[in-house]
Amino acid sequence: MDWGALQTILGGVNKHSTSIGKIWLTVLFIFRIMILVVAAERVWGDEQDDFICNTLQPGCKNVCYDHFFPISHIRLWALQLIFVSTPALLVAMHVAYRRHEKKRQLRKGDQKCEYKDIEEIRAQRFHIEGSLWWTYTSSIFFRLVFEAVFMYAFYFMYDGFRMPRLMKCSAWPCPNTVDCFVSRPTEKTVFTIFMIAVSSICIMLNVAELCYLLIKFFLKRSRKAGNPKHHPNHETKEETKQNEMNELISDSCQNTVTGFSS
Amino acid sequence: MSWGFLRDLLSGVNKYSTGIGRIWIAVVFIFRLLVYVVAAENVWKYEHDEFECNTKQPGCENVCFDHFFPVSQIRLWALQLIIVSTPSLLVVFHVAYRENREKRHNQKLYRSPGKMDGGLLCTYLISLMLKTGFEIVFLVLFYKLYNGFRVPRLVKCDMRPCPNAVDCYISKPTEKMIFLYFLVATSGVCIVLNVSELSYLIFMYSIKCYLKTFSKKQR
Repeated sequence: MDWGALQTILGGVNKHSTSIGKIWLTVLFIFRIMILVVAAERVWGDEQDDFICNTLQPGCKNVCYDHFFPISHIRLWALQLIFVSTPALLVAMHVAYRRHEKKRQLRKGDQKCEYKDIEEIRAQRFHIEGSLWWTYTSSIFFRLVFEAVFMYAFYFMYDGFRMPRLMKCSAWPCPNTVDCFVSRPTEKTVFTIFMIAVSSICIMLNVAELCYLLIKFFLKRSRKAGNPKHHPNHETKEETKQNEMNELISDSCQNTVTGFSS
Repeated sequence: MSWGFLRDLLSGVNKYSTGIGRIWIAVVFIFRLLVYVVAAENVWKYEHDEFECNTKQPGCENVCFDHFFPVSQIRLWALQLIIVSTPSLLVVFHVAYRENREKRHNQKLYRSPGKMDGGLLCTYLISLMLKTGFEIVFLVLFYKLYNGFRVPRLVKCDMRPCPNAVDCYISKPTEKMIFLYFLVATSGVCIVLNVSELSYLIFMYSIKCYLKTFSKKQR
């Protein structure tokens, strides 16, 4: 059970996302999870061993380390990634529930059911409309909230995003004030800034996706309100093109990466 | 979830690449990714522990190590591998977009969604240019950060709290230098492959265009 499990879970959600959602997922996997696993974990690997204090007092180093790093950056990032990925599960659960309902209809032999067999239901891709639209939009909203909360927590806990070389510690049992030196402070600052930058990009993608969904929703409503007796067969050329564009934007980039396909 | 993910990503791209593109993927897999995972990572594994300074002053080693290695060479190598492989995703996205469009309209819009013509050729050329650009950026970054690709045995450090100037010794300098030169060489080979692929595609496309206009004029 590791990051691969998260990849499997989120890969399933990928099918039902908008194209911005798929870009967000790609950024999450490549620039956050992968960088965390292959690079950042190594940088923070020796953080406690190489945290050195200018004292021979036993226990002082431990206490100072704990005082300056209540929760390590790496652990905070891992938690952030898990929390930020979890709202997508709401969408996955909703889709599973819909599939379950369709299967029930099929088994009952309901005339209304448009599918012929279970396999077709399993392969069916649901459009983001109706109650699924609300689930999807709230999942994006929660993602935004979690990202912002964690970024603020980072800023608050570590007084900004810089890692100082030297910290002065006077916690008991250290005698008076003791100089403590952090290992690899510049490299840690570089990676912290990188992760914050990618978080911000993800926040912008989420905001863009939210705006897109809201605009689409209001356009649809205003179109319905404006043309109550509109017959679908008499759509004008422009409307057909606009519909085609909207569908392409929302449904493009299916199965973008072999690792995501499901 | 680590380098296997990158490997899957690049395998997906392989289908839509030209012959030179496939050679590039093979070079990246074997001479860069594999060498990184099985050899280079271990050379830099204990770089901090084995960095020794001729002093008993606590904190001096930490500060000197941080001063001479702001970002470790092995991390730069990993970032380079990830960022150089990412432009290939543009091609995968474009092909997926084409296939999706065909499905949506239930008709054949393209001769083959994976065939390199029109928009897909443009995307492919852009991805090649981005790849080459990123390679060059990383090589320049390496050169600037470490004053060349040599790894000295001894560095002199006089940062606080080190008392005066202190001799610090880097672990495995020769081995690190050999791997860095290897990295530069493979980067160079990849740049050459990208540039030749770019020139080949542009050349083929111009010949095609020229023959088309020539045959039109003849008619």
